[in-house]
Amino acid sequence: MRTLAYLLIGIVFGITMFKSEAASWYRIYEMFKFEAFHMYGIIGVSVVLGIIMVQIIKRFQVKSFYGEKITFAPKQKSFARYAFGGILFGFGWALVGACPGPMFTLLGAGFLPIIIVILASLLGTFVYGLLKDKLPH
Amino acid sequence: MNWILEPWPWYVSGTMIALIMFLLIMVGKNFGMSGNLRTICSMCGAGNKANFFQFDWKSQRWNLIVVLGTIIGGFIAHQFLSVETSVALNPETIADLQSLGFENAGETYMPEELFSTAAFTDFKSLLLLIAGGFLVGFGARYAGGCTSGHAISGLSNLQLPSLIAVIGFFVGGLIMIHLIFPLLF
Repeated sequence: MRTLAYLLIGIVFGITMFKSEAASWYRIYEMFKFEAFHMYGIIGVSVVLGIIMVQIIKRFQVKSFYGEKITFAPKQKSFARYAFGGILFGFGWALVGACPGPMFTLLGAGFLPIIIVILASLLGTFVYGLLKDKLPH
Repeated sequence: MNWILEPWPWYVSGTMIALIMFLLIMVGKNFGMSGNLRTICSMCGAGNKANFFQFDWKSQRWNLIVVLGTIIGGFIAHQFLSVETSVALNPETIADLQSLGFENAGETYMPEELFSTAAFTDFKSLLLLIAGGFLVGFGARYAGGCTSGHAISGLSNLQLPSLIAVIGFFVGGLIMIHLIFPLLF
């Protein structure tokens, strides 16, 4: 039952990424050129609604659908990892025009060269795991 | 219902993303896609090579099912929910892209130069796809999250680290497009 819920949430996410054009390489390029509001609108609306939602859940101690307590893990405090990691991610995001969600959407949509991107992102994750202790965090 | 076949406007798309995050929170999970890349590495035995991959990856199986859904969703959206998939870009963007050599900018969903099957046998396209994918994977894990984990989930929870990461995403993206693209294309 829970598995089906995760699958359905994923399907809605995949459809949304494709139909919003957030999975289109062109939209990412256009965003970094500041030549359209589209991507800023998408991220802006989801963050504004997200902030309201998280505040309501925290204030009224809303329970999950299964009656469990909902917790939000705070991110570890640091500067270096977020700045350096963020910039490297930004390089890749702009180059391939896809972040880790839309990559899988594009795979389903049939843009086969995205397989190379996915495999390379797994390699990048693996190399990060090897170098983790040598990097400033 | 014809609207569903058109590209979705930003306010519908943003609301849908917030809804997806809401549903994940309400089933006791969180919205973050790049963690799956670590999970897949662990599944494939990367724990033998680095401690970072020694964790209970089975606890993350739910998120792999979300990924499976994301793949299916991409298929459904492209095959059944789209009449045509050109992208209505700003004419200035189209002109910029044409001057970089992207001849059909916006006429298709993805640029042929990088995402048609010809890319498999084109050395430059392969190199760019590998480099970009590598940076996405490496950078997302270094930063501890990607667009979903930091820009959406983290900012929604007013996390300063996420704001730093998102500013980093933009600094990187702006350098790539404005300074490096003219050298690459």
